[in-house]
Order: sequence, then C-alpha cells, then structure tokens
Amino acid sequence: MTSEKQYIEFYEEERAGIMSRSPEWMNAHRDEAFRTFSAAGFPSRKDERNRYTDVAKDFAHNYGINTSQRPQDASAQTLYNAVADTRDALVALNTMFAMECKTVRVGKGERPQHPIQIVNTLRGEHPEMVSRRILIELEENAEADIIIIDRAASKQRFLTNQVIEVRCADGARLNLYEIEETHLLCTRYSSLFMSVGANCSVHHTSLTLFNGHTRNRCDVSLCGEHSEVVLNGCVIADKMQRVDNNTVIDHQAARCASRQLYKYVLDDSAMGAFAGRILVRPGAQHTTSQETNANLCGARTARMYTQPMLEIYADDVKCSHGSTVGQMNEDALFYMRQRGISEREARLLLKSAFITEVIEHIPLSSLRDRLLILVERRLKGELSKCEGCKMCE
Amino acid sequence: MAENAFLKEVAEKKYAYGFETQVETEILEKGLSEDVVRMISGKKGEPEWLLNFRLEAYRYWQTQEQPSWGHLTLPEIDYQAISYYADPTKAGNTGKSGEIDPELMKTFDKLGIPLEERMALAGTAVDAVMDSVSVKTTFRDKLAGQGIIFCSISEAVKQHPDLVKEYLGSVVPYRDNYFAALNSAVFSDGSFVYIPKGVRCPMELSTYFRINARGTGQFERTLIVCDDDAYVSYLEGCTAPMRDENQLHAAIVEIVVGARAEVKYSTVQNWYPGDAEGKGGVLNLVTKRGLLRGDDSRLSWTQVETGSAITWKYPSCVLQGNRSQAEFYSVAVTNNFQQADTGTKMIHLGRDTRSTIISKGISAGRSQNSYRGLVKVGKNADRARNYSSCDSLLLGSRCGAHTFPYMDVQNDTAVVEHEATTSKISEDQLFYCNQRGISTEDAVGLIVNGYAKDVLNKLPMEFAVEAQKLLNVSLEGAVG
Repeated sequence: MTSEKQYIEFYEEERAGIMSRSPEWMNAHRDEAFRTFSAAGFPSRKDERNRYTDVAKDFAHNYGINTSQRPQDASAQTLYNAVADTRDALVALNTMFAMECKTVRVGKGERPQHPIQIVNTLRGEHPEMVSRRILIELEENAEADIIIIDRAASKQRFLTNQVIEVRCADGARLNLYEIEETHLLCTRYSSLFMSVGANCSVHHTSLTLFNGHTRNRCDVSLCGEHSEVVLNGCVIADKMQRVDNNTVIDHQAARCASRQLYKYVLDDSAMGAFAGRILVRPGAQHTTSQETNANLCGARTARMYTQPMLEIYADDVKCSHGSTVGQMNEDALFYMRQRGISEREARLLLKSAFITEVIEHIPLSSLRDRLLILVERRLKGELSKCEGCKMCE
Repeated sequence: MAENAFLKEVAEKKYAYGFETQVETEILEKGLSEDVVRMISGKKGEPEWLLNFRLEAYRYWQTQEQPSWGHLTLPEIDYQAISYYADPTKAGNTGKSGEIDPELMKTFDKLGIPLEERMALAGTAVDAVMDSVSVKTTFRDKLAGQGIIFCSISEAVKQHPDLVKEYLGSVVPYRDNYFAALNSAVFSDGSFVYIPKGVRCPMELSTYFRINARGTGQFERTLIVCDDDAYVSYLEGCTAPMRDENQLHAAIVEIVVGARAEVKYSTVQNWYPGDAEGKGGVLNLVTKRGLLRGDDSRLSWTQVETGSAITWKYPSCVLQGNRSQAEFYSVAVTNNFQQADTGTKMIHLGRDTRSTIISKGISAGRSQNSYRGLVKVGKNADRARNYSSCDSLLLGSRCGAHTFPYMDVQNDTAVVEHEATTSKISEDQLFYCNQRGISTEDAVGLIVNGYAKDVLNKLPMEFAVEAQKLLNVSLEGAVG
C-alpha cells in the first residue's frame, strides 16, 4: 500500500480545504470514495482487468494535486457518479480529488450545428496529477459529435486520472472521439462509462498517437433494445510507450449490435495490450457482436498482448471475434520496391494503410482529413519530435 | 404406461457406466497429513528420493490456497474428507498372487475393456487402473521385445528408477499449481511409457481409469517419454459410478518428446457428470503438459470431454525444439449443470515452431462451457506460427458459452491468429432434417456430430466411434 499512502494522507490533510472549495453535491461522494479507495487500493496485476498494467507503479511518483476552486455547473449533479463504477479504485480516487465536472448536455431532439471540442492541455512547472471528470448527457433523440483532445504543453511528468460518464437516452446518436497526443513523460488513465438506452447509435473512436503510459478503460452497457455501439481504436507506439486498451460491452437488452475494431502498430520497445470482453446476458437474444484486433509488430523488442473474450449466456446470438499479430506483407513490400519506392517509404505506406481502416470510418470529414495527416506525420516520426523537446530525440 | 416405461429407460440410459463393483477394497483412512503421504509411499515400497519428492510437494501444497480464477463455481473441497488410497486388488481377493479378482475382470469387461489379451481389440495394449492401483497391463512382453516399457508407474519406480527419477516432475514441477502439488504428494498409479530411440510403437497404448470406491479421490500420474525418432499413440479413457457426492480427480500427465519423435495423446473423458439436478459428479482438475524437447518433434492432444461435473484443465505444449509442431483438438460437451473451463497453452520457445488449436464447445441445459487458451511466443521463437479457432454451439437459452483467449507475443517475426464464433444450431439445417422425416433430437445429434467432426477425425478409429456415441448420449434430453 505504499503507492496509495500519499493519496490517502493527502486527502486526510486537505479534506476540509477541498470540501470548502467545491460544491455540496460533489463533496457528498468524497468520503465514501475515500473509504472505497483506502480499502481496495490500486488493483494489482492479479486482477483480470489489470493484467498488463502496473497501476500502483504508475501512481507511485510524487505528483502534486491542484485543489483550487474551479467554476461549477450544478446541472451536472444528476449524472455525477451515476454511470461510473464507484467501486473501482481509480474512479474513487478521481471522486476524492475532482474539483469540477465538465458537462456537455444536449436537450431533447437537439442537434448542435458544430462538433463540440474539448481540449485538455497539460501545463505546469511541477509534476502533477490531474483528476478530470467529464459528463455527457444526450436526451431523447439528441445528436452530438464530441471531440476530446489530450495535449501536453510542458515537458513535465503528468498523470491524468480521467473519468468520463456518458448517458444516452432513447434514440440518441453520439460520436465521441478521444485523441491523445502527449509525450513520453505523460501517464494517462481514462475510465469511460457509457449507459446506452434503446434505439441509440454510439460510435467511440480512440486514437493514441503519442503518449507515455496509457490505459483506457471503456465500459458500455446496452440497456435498451435496437441500439448499436461501435468502438474503434488505433494505437501507434514506439520507444518505451505503453498502451493498454480494455473494453467491456455489456449486452443487457435484446436485439442490439456491437462492433469493435482495434489496430496497433508497435515498434522499438513499445508494449501494446488489448482486452475486449463481450458479455451477453441471459435474455439478450438476437445480439450480434463482432470484435477484431489486428496488430503489427515492427521490432524484436515490441510486445503485444491480446485477449478478446466472449461471455455468452443467451442462445440466439451471433458473436465472433478475431485477432492477429503479425508483420508487414513481404510480397507487398517487394512489389513496391520493384516499382522504385524506397523500403522506408514502402513500409510507411503499408503501416498507414493498415491504420487508415480505423480512421476511414470517421464520418466527420474535417476530422478525418486532419487525422490522416497526423497519422502520416506520426509514422514518419515527425510528431514525436515536438518543439524544443529534449526527451524524444 | 408404455410411454412412461420407455421414458424411464431412456433417462436411466444416460450414464451407462454408473454401476459399482462390489469388491473388497483396502481403503486408507480419510484425511491428509505427512503420515498419509509416508504411508502411501510405504505401501508402494518407494525409494527414499521419491518419498522426499512427495513430502516436499506436500509441504508446498500446505502453503498454497485453492485457486479460484476459473469461470467455475467449484464446490468447497474438504481435503480431509477424502481417502487418498484405495486398493481393490488387496485384501485377499485373489487366491494366488498375480491373478486378478474375477469381479475386477468382469468390471472391465462390462466397460468394454477386456483384460484377456486374446479378447482385446487388435493392436491396443491396455493399462487398467482402478482407484489407486493398476490392475493389469496387457501385451507387456510383446512390447518389451522392442524395448518399449509400458507399465504402471509404481512398477516403473522399482524396475526403471533412473528413467523415472530423470523425468518425473521435469515437465510439471510440483510447484506448478495447487492441484499439481497435491497430486505430487499423494499420487498413486498411472502409466509409464518409454519408447526407445527410433522405435515406432506397433500398437496403440491405452490406459483406462476407473474410480470405484466411495469417498476416495483418484490421483494418478502418467509419464510418457518418447525418445528421438520414436512414435507412440496413446489413449486414455475414464468412467466412475453414479454417486451423490463429488469425487475428486486430480491427475498429472507429463510427456517428453525427443528430436524428430511424435506423440499422439487422445482422451475420451466420460467421468460421471452428476445427475440432471447437478448433484454429484467427478471434479476433474488435471494438469497435462508436453515438452517438445527435441528439434522437429511433434505432439498432438485430442480430447473429447463429455463427463465430469467440473472440468478444469489445459493440456499444454512447450515448444522448445526448433521446428517443433503441436496440435490441440478438443470437443467439450456440457449438459445439465456441468461446468467446463478448458483449453490449452502453447508456449513457443524454439525457432520456426508451429501450433494449431481447434476447439469446439457445445453447451446445453444449464451448463457453462468456457474455452481458455494461451498462446505465448517467447523472444527467441523466430517465425513462430499459431492458428487458433474456437467455436461454440449453444443448445438452449439457459446455458452459457465463453471464450477467453490470451495471446502474448514477444517476437516481431511471429504470426498469431485467433478466431472464434458463438451461435446456435441453424434453424434452416434443423428444418431441412425435419422435412426429411428426421426427428429434431436426431437432427441435433447429426448436426453436432458434423460440427465436431474436425476433432473426431483425429481420434483413432475405435475411439472415434465411441466418442460419436458419447456425444449423442450426452446431449440426450437437451432439445425441446
């Protein structure tokens, strides 16, 4: 319990101050969360959902925690901790120190004209842990495109412990994009919880373009019939980067469809992990579910762990999953080299074609084009050489 | 009335091997302690080093806790309420030594395993094990002519101590897992096979395991060593009487495969699965592993799992030799309240190693059937190749089918593929059969057999026929 100690002690010391600077409805959850966190501690690698990430090690560094007063939006309170798994240690830790909730709410039948973009920029002189909470609520038949971007503006150790709660009422349509473009010193823990009603369409795309250590957890509960969920993800990782995506799609209602496509390109000493679990509950008949995870390993020292799981308790379903780990097609490389394309260029083309499958599914054309450029720059190694950066050379 | 009688007959037919043999059996008192371990070792007249091996395992076992990570609801096992040794050949059952009690002969005849060599199926040598003791091993002399050793492990300890000492625990060390430690401490009979260099075993070797005595567990240990350029095909079958209590079966199978050698290991597992309410049945918690030690070696596991209340096992392969190849074919059927969490582990260590996994799960009634498999490619396993395919078939709305594949790849030249599907029997296929006057139950039998064919084809012929019948019987009453 050494990693947990600093957070427990900090909370005990600062509790009164935190409480005085934040609203009552947030404070109401804090002590309970503190008890949960102190009792459970960080999940160990023996925990099935944390096999590939050493949480306690990532949280062991002495990070500062900012508990200053933030602007508040009281309308968030009905959603706060309503969808998230409050027994989870990381959610509890977030609840202990969260000072504000960024809230996106789209009213009945409304459709904002433009996509909503949330840009999180990490900036500071000292190592810092950020407890970020984002709440998204779509009322009946509402539609929204939401883009969340993580960036880092200073060369400092940052730890983000983010919790996103999403509730989609019947007939809602949500496109949610999460793009991470930070640096090697950044650690990101994101826990996304979605509760989806009937007749909804939810698309979530997660892109990890540059990072340090990342663990994304994504739990989707399909609570109403005839809904569709698509989870797509792409990861480009090299150097010492680590990316661990862990998804659960819980089919509670009948006649829903889910699709997942995750692609990883790994190089150098990068570590990639993907664990996707599809749970079809008793009575969730006529479920269709598909899960694909494809991975390209480019170097001897790169490691990939993949674990696509099906857990099915209903008989009239169609579920499948597939997963592959392999290399670039030598024939394709040879074909291109024959035509005068350099080996480096040919490899780049293949990698980018491999990854593009995920990005092509994005309906927002402006974002799609931007991402295609970003991915290409990333594969060329341009993105990792951020300005004035001494670390990534 | 006539219908009722017929129904009764069908219901009782379900488990044909549920009878009990009335034979005086010497049973060790219930409970487990160092004294019990010493006593088992003493009864078998074992050398010092083996006793020490057992005691070390026992001490290690005491420090461990029973694992709970499987997708199973394991009933609490009271290890002190089990008798760890039961010998039906002792207690003056036979007049002369070396002769088998006629009751035992009858039992094995009834099970379709004749112990008279002249009556045996052509080309199969059998080691028949009841409770803790090997009753008889057939065709020993004929095999010995080629230098093949096929006997019970207790005899091997006495007659070939060097071989046993060299290989025992070399593939599954007693620290491997909880049940392996327990087995290493209290193991009783099992088979020992040694195929010398360059010998192709002329007949199928087979072991038949039977639990008979009440309140006992079976802890057999099988060790197969196939030296360079040799070949052997080995079959394992098992049954137990119908009882209300759960009986524990915690075995270890170790296989060592030399360079260019080939081993085929087939299992038809038909332990008593418990009744329709989920009462009783065997807890089948087994550790099976093969080490492909030499270059170009081959090992294939084929299993048909229809019995046991709980099956929790992962026959695995360690592909150490370069260019070694491993295969795993499995059909697991669960009905009523049975639970299965089974699959394989393929550990690729050598270069150019290949493995194939074909797993077919069939769940019916209120059973839970899980595939769990690991494919690991080590740093030096250049160009390792794996293909896994796991299909699940659901018959009924209250059962579950689950797939938990793990892939750990640490080499960039490896190619690992996994695919899995879960679905129910196609209505169209059923309708097609019905149209042609085939009843729904028969149609399901047909479709299931077709579905499992990939695996059944890998079994030796006599076993394949047996397995096909088993599939039908296991699913009886699953439809409608």
